[in-house]
Order: sequence, then structure tokens, then C-alpha cells
Amino acid sequence: MTLALGARLAALALGGALLEIVAVSQVSVFGGNADLSPLLVMAAGLLCGSVAGATVGFATGLFLDLALVQTLGLSSLVLLAVGYWAGRLRELRDPQGPFAPLAIGALATLGAEAGYAIVQFLLGVDAPVSWLLAREIVTTVLVNALIALPVYVIARRWLEPSLPDSLRRRRRPARPGLSPLS
Amino acid sequence: MYDSKKAVRRRRAVLGLLVACSLILLTAYFGESAGGGLHAVQRGFLEAISPIQDGASRALKPVRDLFGWFGDTLDAKKQRDQLREQVRQWRAEALAGEEARRKAADLSKLVGLDRDLGLNQMGPVAARVIARSPTVWFNTVTINKGSVDGVRPYQPVITGDGLVGTVSLNVAGHSAIVQLITDSKSGVSAKVTDTDVTGIVQPAVGAPNDLRLEFIRHADQIRPGANLITSGTSATRLPSLFPPGIPIGRVTTVDQDEVDLYQRVHLRPFAELRKLNFVQVLTRPLREPQT
Repeated sequence: MTLALGARLAALALGGALLEIVAVSQVSVFGGNADLSPLLVMAAGLLCGSVAGATVGFATGLFLDLALVQTLGLSSLVLLAVGYWAGRLRELRDPQGPFAPLAIGALATLGAEAGYAIVQFLLGVDAPVSWLLAREIVTTVLVNALIALPVYVIARRWLEPSLPDSLRRRRRPARPGLSPLS
Repeated sequence: MYDSKKAVRRRRAVLGLLVACSLILLTAYFGESAGGGLHAVQRGFLEAISPIQDGASRALKPVRDLFGWFGDTLDAKKQRDQLREQVRQWRAEALAGEEARRKAADLSKLVGLDRDLGLNQMGPVAARVIARSPTVWFNTVTINKGSVDGVRPYQPVITGDGLVGTVSLNVAGHSAIVQLITDSKSGVSAKVTDTDVTGIVQPAVGAPNDLRLEFIRHADQIRPGANLITSGTSATRLPSLFPPGIPIGRVTTVDQDEVDLYQRVHLRPFAELRKLNFVQVLTRPLREPQT
């Protein structure tokens, strides 16, 4: 990873986390709200690989936990898992469909929400948990799926100038025999 | 082949290191008290970042309002109908309560219980909400007033609609974290206005508009539509954090489950806790009775 790419990833993680806590989390959509951080971490993993994805996830989570005075290490653990998973997905399957970020963003959000829930249950919850929590999670996943594509495109445009050739998106070669000239 | 093995080893090492760091942070954070080192680091970070949050929050307010407008428009019609119905009910209640209030004022003067001062005598400090936790598991907001402005832990926080929460232990110089009444660690002693039945208002995780009034016996009659206010119990050793009379919410449903020892009362908070822009911190909530 080059220094320029590292700086761009850091700016993406910190800027995105700041945008999330001061704006995105305060806008209510269909009774829920979007959660930008899993999408940004997913984009970093999908564009730069598992190591970068996990590192960005850890840094974003640490920033959120520090800035919002939440349980330190919780968001880091959840988001680094999301970033690593997205990175491995790229390294093993390299999904290239135009709507792949949408599906992966929804899965990343679902994973993050499930991760938060599991860790919270392990740590102990002081209040009863309502079944409406499932509705909240589903709403967040749907809203995130709607914005996953633009978030991914913005992240790609931001990171692309510093991406090394090995990490740039490869176009699939045209299958021989299909050209009318061949 | 060698490069590939090296890359795999490097990837696993980074993953292991980051997971270990997260687990160490989690364990250490849980093990220490609120005055511990990691909590102090968080407060320092909050102090450093709050001016940036404040500036960004102001700059992005038009964007928030624009996106919020779409959601608000969808809800507006339903809310209008509900509000019309509420106005009808409250008009009837106000007429009935006017006479009772006159009598109560005379009686309270007689017995020296003139403690029901206006909120403006509780040192209200207006604050702007500059950040909010994105997950349903942490119902906290960050405000742009801190210890410099007289904000201290456990002070009540309200809006024009009703109770919002309390200031948490994390107070920096120019910012503070407010624990909302929907946070899993919150509990508010409350009273039903028309029957004087008291209980504890607690949240249910994942349902911010569905608080619960706990510890209500089956014999106590509570009707849907009844209003709840803070009871403000003022025992000498453990006084309530909240002054009496702050509106909390309205009863929506009452579950009379015979198996449980208590009935379960559901209520909807008056304050729009998802759309907080400005709040007031009551910096002098516990007043001595005036003689």
C-alpha cells in the first residue's frame, strides 16, 4: 500500500465517520436511519483488499467509539470483520456486476448490525429487547442498500487516483468467437 | 509461491493484531471505572473533537433538514390527525383541570409545599445537538455545552415537548454526552397524572417510541391516553435526579398479562428523540424548598 493510498483511506474513514455522526445518523428515513460506516468499510475492502478493509474498519470503529464515548473496541471489532470480509470477497470472487456493491452493502450492513447485537448480548443488556429491533435492523439494511451504490462510487472515485495497477478493477476479457469480425 | 505465502501470513498477522487490539480495548474498558484511563482518553478526544463536530453539524444542517423534510412530509398527515384528536382531549382536560389547579395552589401554599417552581428557575442551559450514535444499542447524543457552561453529570435534559434524558458521566469542557431515556441503562421514576400511580419508565432496546412503565400492580387502573410526568421523589438520602412535573409521554396500551406480577404499560415519549436539534440542560434541578 502506498503512502498516498493510506492517506486517502484515512481521510475516507475519518471524514465518513464524522459525516455519519453529525448528519446521517440524525436523519430519520422510514422510521430508521442509514449507517454509513459499514458501507464505507465495505467499499474500502472491495477496492483495496482485506488488509486495507480490516484496517479501515478498525480505525473507523475506534473513531466512532472515541467520539461518541461508546464501549471502546466494540465498533472496531465489528467493522474490522466487515472490512476483512469485503476484502476477502474481492480477493476470492472479485464480484464485478454493476449492482454488486448494492448487494454487498446490504450484506455488510446486516453483518454489522448482527455483530453489534451479538457482542451487546455477550456483554449484557440492561433493558428488555423488543422484537421491533428486528424491524429497525431491516429498515437500516434497506436504507443502506439504497445508498450503497452512490457511496461505493464516491469511495472509488476518491481512492482510484492512488490505487496501484494490481488493485484497479479489471475488465473481463471479451469471449473469443462472439465478435462478428472473428 | 513464496510471495503468496508471505502475503497470506501478513494478512493473517494484521487481522490477528487488530482483533487482539479490539478485544484488549473491550476488556480493559469494561474492567475499569468511569474515572479510568481509557474513559479519560475518551473525554479528552471528545473535548478535542467537539469544535469540529459543532462546526460540521452547523454546516450540514441544511442537508439534514432537506433529507429530513422528505421523511417529515410522509409522516405529516398522520401526525395532523393524531394532533387534532389530542387537542380535543386536552381542551376537555384543561377545562376540568383549571378549577382543580386553583384549589391545589391554595392548598400547597397552606402546607408549605411551594416547590413547583418554573423550569426557568432551574438554571436551564440551551444546547445544540452536534452528534448522535448511529446504532440502536447506544441511545446517546453529544451536545455543545460542557462543564464550562455549568453542565454536570446526572443533570436532567429536556426539550419543549418533554423529558429527553440525563447528562452522562462524560462531560468535557465544551461538550457532553446525554443519555436518552431510550438508552438501555436509563430509568425514570414517573407518575400517571390522573391517578397518581407511580412506576419506573424503562426503554425496550430497538423500540425508541415504545417505553414501558414498570412495577404497576394489577389493581392500579391506568387508561390508554393518560399522561406521565416525572414523579420527582425527594427522599433525603436518594433524591430523584428529575424535578417533579416534567412531561414524559402518553400511555398507548396496557397489557394485563395474568401470569406476570405487574401489568405492563406502554407509552410513547412526548419528545421527538430521533429529531433533536436543541435541548435544555437543567443545571439546578434539585432545589431546596422555599420557606
